[in-house]
Amino acid sequence: MAPPPRSGDAIFANVDRVNAELFTLTYGAIVRQLLTDLEEVDEVNKQLDQMGYNIGIRLIDEFLAKSNVSNCVDFKETAEVIAKVGFKMFLGVTASVTNWDAEGTTCSIILEDNPLVDFVELPDTCQGLYYCNILSGVVRGALEMVSMKTEITWVRDMLRGDDAFELRLKLLKQVPEEYPYKDDE
Amino acid sequence: MGREVSESCIDSLLTEIVSSYTTRFYVNKPELAARTIEAIGYQVGHQLSERYTMDRPRFSDHLEAIKFICKDFWSELFKKQIDNLKTNHRGTFVLQDNRFRWLSRVSNPVLDDLSAKDPEALARNKAALAETKAAQATSMLLNFPCGIIRGALSNLGIPCAVSADISNLPTCSFVVRIKA
Repeated sequence: MAPPPRSGDAIFANVDRVNAELFTLTYGAIVRQLLTDLEEVDEVNKQLDQMGYNIGIRLIDEFLAKSNVSNCVDFKETAEVIAKVGFKMFLGVTASVTNWDAEGTTCSIILEDNPLVDFVELPDTCQGLYYCNILSGVVRGALEMVSMKTEITWVRDMLRGDDAFELRLKLLKQVPEEYPYKDDE
Repeated sequence: MGREVSESCIDSLLTEIVSSYTTRFYVNKPELAARTIEAIGYQVGHQLSERYTMDRPRFSDHLEAIKFICKDFWSELFKKQIDNLKTNHRGTFVLQDNRFRWLSRVSNPVLDDLSAKDPEALARNKAALAETKAAQATSMLLNFPCGIIRGALSNLGIPCAVSADISNLPTCSFVVRIKA
């Protein structure tokens, strides 16, 4: 029998952890370097998303291995698992899920506490920057690895004066799982 | 205890900046990629040492500052101290970490995979190539902690050059040469 799924708290308590300042400042230094190297804020947004995507497609394995979550029955459950288990086990914070549309394919993940932005203030020259774009990339990449194509956008951003971070998740299509086997194997 | 995140967060970021700078931004310009990753580390080291020295008196000499890096600073970052410190008393210090965390997860997936499938038929040239690639990624990654140390010391008023020696993995020795 498969082991029971574990809570985000239980997993976070048992993983190797590091000082969040190191993580926060490292991310900040990367964003700053990208702004210097790429100059255009839009290009920085794009690259942060791409880096997140690359991370997400690798991180999903660790997530599945440590959480023991089984197949989610629908996108609603998937979103809940991301918010309650995913964010918790990596970033140590819990997010909540709201604003579902009638079809159950679009929702918002709300993050009130976000270690990525500790000590961060955006200068006026970076107004168009989605500082946390790496996070949306991670979620998109991870979901793609479990056959869900999504589009993820930032609706609210505390660095832009909002009261929370709000990620809008839209399920574009669910790719049916294909057998990875060929006939001759 | 301050806030913590999973170690995978920082590992993922480091892997990704090495990969982004070497395979996307500065393809075929490894020196530039190395310098950029070092610069990111420098920024981080500079800020961290500012934070960690806020409540202490100024260091009386270079050795005191280096000892701070070996003990308090390293403990904040890696939950352990530097294992061994050597100096020639002429401005060169060797900080040895017997099990440097950021290298302990650097394995060689390609090689491991090949040898697991069929150790006999492991094509030698392929293995050598994979080894070279892994070694390149590792040395690229090490620019980051070298930058951290240089940034931290520079914030303490000590300009220096830092390089890493990994001839005895998983031991990593950081060589700090203070500029006269």
